[in-house]
Amino acid sequence: MFKRACSRQLEAQLNTLQKDGPAAWATLPEEELFTPAGFSSQQAEATASTSYSYWGSTFRAFFKNKLAVALLAALAAVVVFAFVQPLLPGQADPNLCAVDPATGIQYRNIAPGQQGFLWGSNSIGQDLWARIWAGARTSLTIAFFVAVIEAAVGITAGVLWGYVRGLDFVFTELYNIFDNIPTAIVLILISYVATPSIWTMILGMSIKGWIEMARFIRNQILIIRDRDYNIASRCIGTPTLRIVLRNLLPYLVSVIMLRMALTIPEAIGNEVFITYIGLGLSVETPSLGNLVNDGRKVMMQAGLRYQLLYPTLILSFVTIAFYLIGNAFSDAADPKNHLQ
Amino acid sequence: MVQYLAKRIGRSVLTLFIIVTLVFCLLRLMPVEGYFANYEKMSEAQIQAGLQSMGLLDPLPVQVGRFWRNALHGDLGVSHIYKVNAPVTQILAQKLPISVQMGVLAMLLSLVLGIPLGLVMGQYKGRWPDKLGTALIVLIQAVPAAVYFLYIQMYGTAAVGVGLLFNAANWRYWVLPVCSMSLANLAFYAMWLRRYMVDESNKDYVRLARAKGVCGRDIALHHVFRNAMVPLVQYIPSAFLNTVVGSIYIESLYSIPGMGGLLVTCVQRHDNTMVQGIVLLYACVGIVGLILGDILMVLIDPRINFGKKEGGR
Repeated sequence: MFKRACSRQLEAQLNTLQKDGPAAWATLPEEELFTPAGFSSQQAEATASTSYSYWGSTFRAFFKNKLAVALLAALAAVVVFAFVQPLLPGQADPNLCAVDPATGIQYRNIAPGQQGFLWGSNSIGQDLWARIWAGARTSLTIAFFVAVIEAAVGITAGVLWGYVRGLDFVFTELYNIFDNIPTAIVLILISYVATPSIWTMILGMSIKGWIEMARFIRNQILIIRDRDYNIASRCIGTPTLRIVLRNLLPYLVSVIMLRMALTIPEAIGNEVFITYIGLGLSVETPSLGNLVNDGRKVMMQAGLRYQLLYPTLILSFVTIAFYLIGNAFSDAADPKNHLQ
Repeated sequence: MVQYLAKRIGRSVLTLFIIVTLVFCLLRLMPVEGYFANYEKMSEAQIQAGLQSMGLLDPLPVQVGRFWRNALHGDLGVSHIYKVNAPVTQILAQKLPISVQMGVLAMLLSLVLGIPLGLVMGQYKGRWPDKLGTALIVLIQAVPAAVYFLYIQMYGTAAVGVGLLFNAANWRYWVLPVCSMSLANLAFYAMWLRRYMVDESNKDYVRLARAKGVCGRDIALHHVFRNAMVPLVQYIPSAFLNTVVGSIYIESLYSIPGMGGLLVTCVQRHDNTMVQGIVLLYACVGIVGLILGDILMVLIDPRINFGKKEGGR
């Protein structure tokens, strides 16, 4: 009885001492150092299993990346502001051509910060500040829908492609055909044939993107589908849907997030490209593509470069932020990086 | 190898067939004014007669069949708006050489600059050359090309001292378009080469070489680099597609009289037969590029054997 109490006491001492490291042990009398430490079943249990939580580890790893967290906060602020901006007081209508009441002439190409135009006005007197935020809204909406559609269709197709062996041939051939077509050609064709609208743009951009996502998913599923735990699940009769949702997809979160995060900058860039070709949205719907294109027309006049600078600043910030956050998050979500 | 190639080419021909047929059918949905130069001035009867004589009122399968028969004889129809009644093939033949020259130059430049950059970044992993290079790569990859091309043009034209109108005889006019076109692939090569270099340098044969006392530079150049290049070659075909696509924007931006600029012009002016012809050509270029990439990969690494069952690339 006494011996146990003694050993427990010693163990408690040792625990505190170990925190301080070998330097602290040196001060102990020799006999204490060479007494058996005793056995505590509770402590033995404690080291046997750690409480591992996938999402907990993911967020912990993500929040260690200071740059990504700062970018995420800034990006969230920009996105929220873009959607809240029209509700704020004193905002101009993005399509209103402001007219100078004294002369009856539009406020053309007013430099930033003058006459109430925070980011200046364009060649027909529209407020660039309002237009840029309206454009950011349009472009972000397009990009968001493209990412969601690609993810939804891509994941479904990818799971079928990887999990159902009979379909592998069909999808692989389909992929080989799709992969050979330059994306820009598809974009141009769809926008050429259909009347330009937000939805045709979303269609044109996601029509090829989903198969890329599906291929990523398929390759991952091929790797993990026949691991022991999945075979075990199948043996005890787990329904396929549950295996897919519970056993396979959690492994793929990092791949999916990365693809989605990279789709957004791509979609925003594609919108600019399509608009440049002349197949974009009409000017009544401000989009970043429209604004960049308008800015391009006047970019050789040094005094008017602000009309290109402000839209591209917002656009570049959004795309770089999505790119870096996507990469940081996919690193954090990769279980291989959780062992520490 | 031969069997693989035959299969590969067969599949590509099938792809091409599907793409072009689809494009042809899609373009039938376009409004008919894309077939007449002076549509506004024509009466309804004239339009109908014109469509009839062009065979555009026939059932779709008949039109597709005729289109393929003509295409295989080297006839892609005539342009209706861009250059009235000029054969599409003739217009394309004039425009193709400059695009090809520019594309090849851009590909070479991106290899010549991208590979050393990746090499240096891999060697100095985690130190400032690596960080600098990574920042450059992130910038190029995250910011849409459509945006940074504009800035290159805006500040570059003054720096190089060229006017806005392209002049093929003066080399100065080639600098900006070729550099812009090579940027995306430069970043791509540098990024992947760096990654493969880092992967390879942790392998046992590198440790052995180091233990033997081979100096660091020799290990990097003779051992690591050669092995790291193999997976990189796999990306050259898609890099080729990037160049093709980049050329559409670049050529029209710098008013270079090439294919890309032509496509933009024809799209804007709704010249259906021209768009059809150019898309066909682009699809061909893309497909041939991908095949060449696969062959290149076999040549560079004899261990790769496509004759066996193909894994998911």
